[in-house]
Amino acid sequence: MTMLTNFDASTIQYISILGSIIFIVLMILLIRNRKIKEEFSILWLFFGIVFFVLSVWRGSLEVIARILGIAYAPAAIFLILIIAIISILIHLSVIISKITDQNKILIQEVGLLKMEFDILKGNCKISDPENFKAD
Amino acid sequence: MVKPRRILAIVPSYNEEKSIAHVIGSIKNSDPSIDILVVNDGSTDNTGSVAKSTGEAFIVNLPCNIGIGGAVQAGFKYAGRNGYDVAFQFDGDGQHLASEIKALLEPILKNDADVTIGSRFRAKTAGFQSTLLRRGGIKIFEILNSLLIKQKITDNTSGFRAYRREAIHFLADHYPSDYPEPEAVLLLGRNGFRLKEVSVCMQQRKEGKSSITGMKSGYYMIKVLLAVLVSALRTRIG
Repeated sequence: MTMLTNFDASTIQYISILGSIIFIVLMILLIRNRKIKEEFSILWLFFGIVFFVLSVWRGSLEVIARILGIAYAPAAIFLILIIAIISILIHLSVIISKITDQNKILIQEVGLLKMEFDILKGNCKISDPENFKAD
Repeated sequence: MVKPRRILAIVPSYNEEKSIAHVIGSIKNSDPSIDILVVNDGSTDNTGSVAKSTGEAFIVNLPCNIGIGGAVQAGFKYAGRNGYDVAFQFDGDGQHLASEIKALLEPILKNDADVTIGSRFRAKTAGFQSTLLRRGGIKIFEILNSLLIKQKITDNTSGFRAYRREAIHFLADHYPSDYPEPEAVLLLGRNGFRLKEVSVCMQQRKEGKSSITGMKSGYYMIKVLLAVLVSALRTRIG
């Protein structure tokens, strides 16, 4: 019985504060150990701080909910969470696209260089050396 | 005397060990002055060594498979850097016919066009016409690209194409990846290159199988339609 009554409204607040702190510390450790580059961690850190602020200042959620016209204030937390996740995923898609493009260029250049190297070494029988004449 | 123009055949190939030697031989037979560049797109079979053993082609062995767009683009880079006046794409699967090369190159050599596209549909040719479903897809590209570049291109998926120097340099930097053909038509048309279709005959592939079957056809249509529509929103490049 005492266990149950101990779970009042502030318990979740402590958990949230602790969770946010652990999250932010984890991100900083990952950056420190060079597991994540700074530029890719900015969004994560930003939302970590947002959730820390929300858990310390509980009234803020009510304020946001009222401004946005959300009847049930805790639902606002899901909205913010979803925005956070979607923006990070879009950011990752942009990065992947850029890396794919760079990767393609590298593969093309490696292929072309290997061919020129082979021909210059004389490993290739092709009889048209016009492209590889010394300037 | 006018210096003869240097022509490069770009032959993208992925696991075509059975047809590649024949393809190289047929191009050389049609015109021995044409240089051939085989772009071996990370094949898992012996395409590279078979092509090399012919002794008649330059071989680029890409270390990984990057898809036809990237492979052909590697060819444009090579052609551009080595001062070729004309380059044409000729698939390694034996689908394109060497006997049609002359017709494909003619408008380019006469300076009537910057890009020529070998079309199976411009005049009803006897050869390979593809399946009904695919022709339906190709028709959609025809309508869409006609609206966007105000020129009727009947065979937007054809890879049998020839390019003048300016187009080679442009595509070396801007060729689309994945399924590049319909998007490239739009890109070239919107950037002021003169396109011209040439009626050609094609053959059903002898060996290997099409890279686009089943579920992939749906993905192909969606991806290419998206790419075409989005590039219509872009401003001109370069």
